[in-house]
Amino acid sequence: MSTVNYSEKIPNNVNLGEDRTLQRALEGWQPNFINWWDDVGPDGSTDHDVYLRTAVSVDPQGWAQFGHVKMRDYRWGIFLNPGDANREIHFGDHKGEKAWQDVPGEHRANLKRIIVTQGDTEPASVEQQRHLGLTAPSMYDLRNLYQINVEEGRHLWAMVYLLHKHFGRDGREEAEALLQRTSGDVDNPRILGAFNEKTPDWLAFFMFTYFTDRDGKFQLSALAESAFDPLARTTKFMLTEEAHHMFVGESGVSRVLSRTAAVMNELKTEDAGLIRAAGAIDLGTIQRYLNFHYSVTIDLFGADQSSNAAIFYSSGLKGRYEEGKRGDDHILKGQTYKILEVQNGQLQEKDVPMLNALNEVLRDDFIKDSVAGVGRWNKVLEKAGIPTRLVVPHKAFNRQIGALAGIKMSPLGVVVNEVEWAAKKNEWLPTPGDFAFVASLMGRVVDPGKFAGWIAPPVMGVNRQPVDFEYVRFN
Amino acid sequence: MNMVVEAGVIKQHLIDPEICIRCNTCEATCPIGAITHDDNNYVVRADVCNGCMACISPCPTGSIDNWRTVPMARAYSIEEQLTWEELPAELTTEQLAGEGVSPSAAEAVEAPATAATQSAATAEPGTVPFNSSAFGATMPPWSAAHAYTNLFSPKKATSATVVGNFNCTEAGFDSQTHHVVLDFGTMPFPVLEGQSIGIVPPGTDAMGRAHQPRQYSVASARNGERPGYNNLSLTVKRVTEDHVGNAVQGIASNYVCDLKVGDKVTVVGPFGSTFLMPNHPRSHIVMICTGTGSAPMRAMTEWRRRLRKSGKFEGGKLLLFFGARTQQELPYFGPLQSLPKDFIDINFAFSRTPNQPKRYVQDLMRERAADLVALLKDEQSHFFVCGLKSMEEGVVLALRDVAQEAGLDWETVGAGLKREGRLHLETY
Repeated sequence: MSTVNYSEKIPNNVNLGEDRTLQRALEGWQPNFINWWDDVGPDGSTDHDVYLRTAVSVDPQGWAQFGHVKMRDYRWGIFLNPGDANREIHFGDHKGEKAWQDVPGEHRANLKRIIVTQGDTEPASVEQQRHLGLTAPSMYDLRNLYQINVEEGRHLWAMVYLLHKHFGRDGREEAEALLQRTSGDVDNPRILGAFNEKTPDWLAFFMFTYFTDRDGKFQLSALAESAFDPLARTTKFMLTEEAHHMFVGESGVSRVLSRTAAVMNELKTEDAGLIRAAGAIDLGTIQRYLNFHYSVTIDLFGADQSSNAAIFYSSGLKGRYEEGKRGDDHILKGQTYKILEVQNGQLQEKDVPMLNALNEVLRDDFIKDSVAGVGRWNKVLEKAGIPTRLVVPHKAFNRQIGALAGIKMSPLGVVVNEVEWAAKKNEWLPTPGDFAFVASLMGRVVDPGKFAGWIAPPVMGVNRQPVDFEYVRFN
Repeated sequence: MNMVVEAGVIKQHLIDPEICIRCNTCEATCPIGAITHDDNNYVVRADVCNGCMACISPCPTGSIDNWRTVPMARAYSIEEQLTWEELPAELTTEQLAGEGVSPSAAEAVEAPATAATQSAATAEPGTVPFNSSAFGATMPPWSAAHAYTNLFSPKKATSATVVGNFNCTEAGFDSQTHHVVLDFGTMPFPVLEGQSIGIVPPGTDAMGRAHQPRQYSVASARNGERPGYNNLSLTVKRVTEDHVGNAVQGIASNYVCDLKVGDKVTVVGPFGSTFLMPNHPRSHIVMICTGTGSAPMRAMTEWRRRLRKSGKFEGGKLLLFFGARTQQELPYFGPLQSLPKDFIDINFAFSRTPNQPKRYVQDLMRERAADLVALLKDEQSHFFVCGLKSMEEGVVLALRDVAQEAGLDWETVGAGLKREGRLHLETY
């Protein structure tokens, strides 16, 4: 069993050096984490020095320390945002009571489930992205991928800390299990569907980081309101890192669009075949990728009616996005919310108790945020004088979870029959041909300042470094 | 920082809506609630922001680090910012003057101290990211001559005649660099070593707008490339590929490199009031540069050479660290070689010489640690760094390490260099 010098190797603000019980728990877990990292972590990255941002404390100056680091030596830290001893629960049935520093027995099972579900997504992303380093379109992008990988690893540490610190033997077992499930594994898959999907290429990666990490933003925001104070403080800090992941997705797709638009203007064509022949990704393919990732991601918010969601809220475990900024009573009893259902082949709205519709509330907040970003992508096309616009498909399109699961629906929200779906599916979702074409573009480019032909360079480098900075040193 | 300095001018903190991804990190980080948002934009309240910089490093995009000099009474309101699709351009000197702001007042609004500098005093050693720019001076050396700035703006530009233009790197290599001489005739255009001027390429861009002026450092001494004439020289590298290696024609650089003797060019400036050479005879100058960053170093060296020749100058040392990919790409390599060794101590670093290990200017600085320590201890020493942005951190870190290895306290030395206008960083 390896021992860890906690004060040096794991930056933390949870007094790790003096908590013997926690130390022992982590001493058992840490070598397994490293084994997991070696086995299913970023492929072929071990010897590189990567220009990574490491958090060494939670204050604005301490959490962004840049330097070339070997990924395996990254200092995965445990950070809780500064606490307020008098913090009060500000929603649900316990509103006005003091926030909990320990887990109340009656909420133990639910809290553990929430933390495990969140924790499970973090290593899953690393597993889904493990091959992408071999096909990075530039050294800049490779560095961003690796930054995301180590931060997902740190988020795993954050959840494991909570499990070890507050859930005893159960927690330790759940923490072990986080390293035993594997994304896409037939026998022991990750908990949530989207985290068992493949991320086969960099366009998929950018869509994933745009949409699915944005799901992370909304889930973490909801947990950051929690009455269980350590969870609230941990997730608040995780949000600062989640922002970088979304940035990689948003700017990544934006740069793909920018390159496609440039090729379209150069060739004066909208013909997908000609654009593909020129080595750029046609807008139709981008739209189909968007449709897929958006629909898979909104499933992550869960069923549109959920008694669990109501329990989580009423008991103070999980709030709404920006709970504190909302002007209602924060108890939500007797209120209603509109959800969608299909009646007689038609989509229609139905009022349900607000508390049971909280998954839908969070999903709608996510949708609003996503749509705004797609608008920013469209500005790239607009500026380049391209008339096509990307659109977010209807909320009911291609859903696998909730009342809309399995209903065949066009991206515009019209119910279609099996025959129509089969005929149109290839226009709406990426086809094997699309994946094969995008895969054909994935060649590794790692000379400083060089970029693959299907993507434009970024507006600015990382930490104000030049774009041709040596972000990764191959030793 | 929205700090009132003089005549009601502020540097207003703004967020670039074209780059911002609306992730909410800035709003969550701001300790005083100066940042807010709607469905469209994230914005900063000018009347609340105190420039504490807490939001700067957590921002994943860099969109948060934007500042505009504006009259306080005309600060961009929240309502206005929420509608923006792009950042407004910096107000011109004339626009500011129209609002009653003098150029000196506008210039006096200092850029905010960075978060790293502010924390350096209180945080534990090694826990704060190194921020080289925090040590750059915003004051000229005490013995620098007074610099004239902004005599000619884009709306009131002047013109100069090309009287010389030749390639000062070895022909046939990638980094073709031209030495261009401009004559101003009788038009007043006083410049000092270390200042720059702007050249406005003719024609318009793809959107039909006039080209922006492109800034170049002056490479000649204050009394002219040809002493006693109202002319100056520039060092201009021809840009033939963009930062990612795609073939591209740099608009201004190709225009300047292709100028013929007798051509007229549109000029604005001069610019710069801090990156100026010390004039007192005991001052030492340490020059660290790459590529066309050599221009101000050439200017300072030449002025010292002329003073020495005239017998008016003794003492002060000149130490040059000059980096390039290869010897062939080094501007002024030949002329530099012919300067007497007792006049200037020259150190070349080449990063791409075949079969040789890569060497950067900071490697040479570490090799010359003994001499640099002596200079760091001497209050007459001035350090000038000019060239690619990527060199800046390495150079300042090298200075720090040299100081620390000699038992000096870098925080004290670095702060002294900044305060006394003795460390100047100009990187791009």
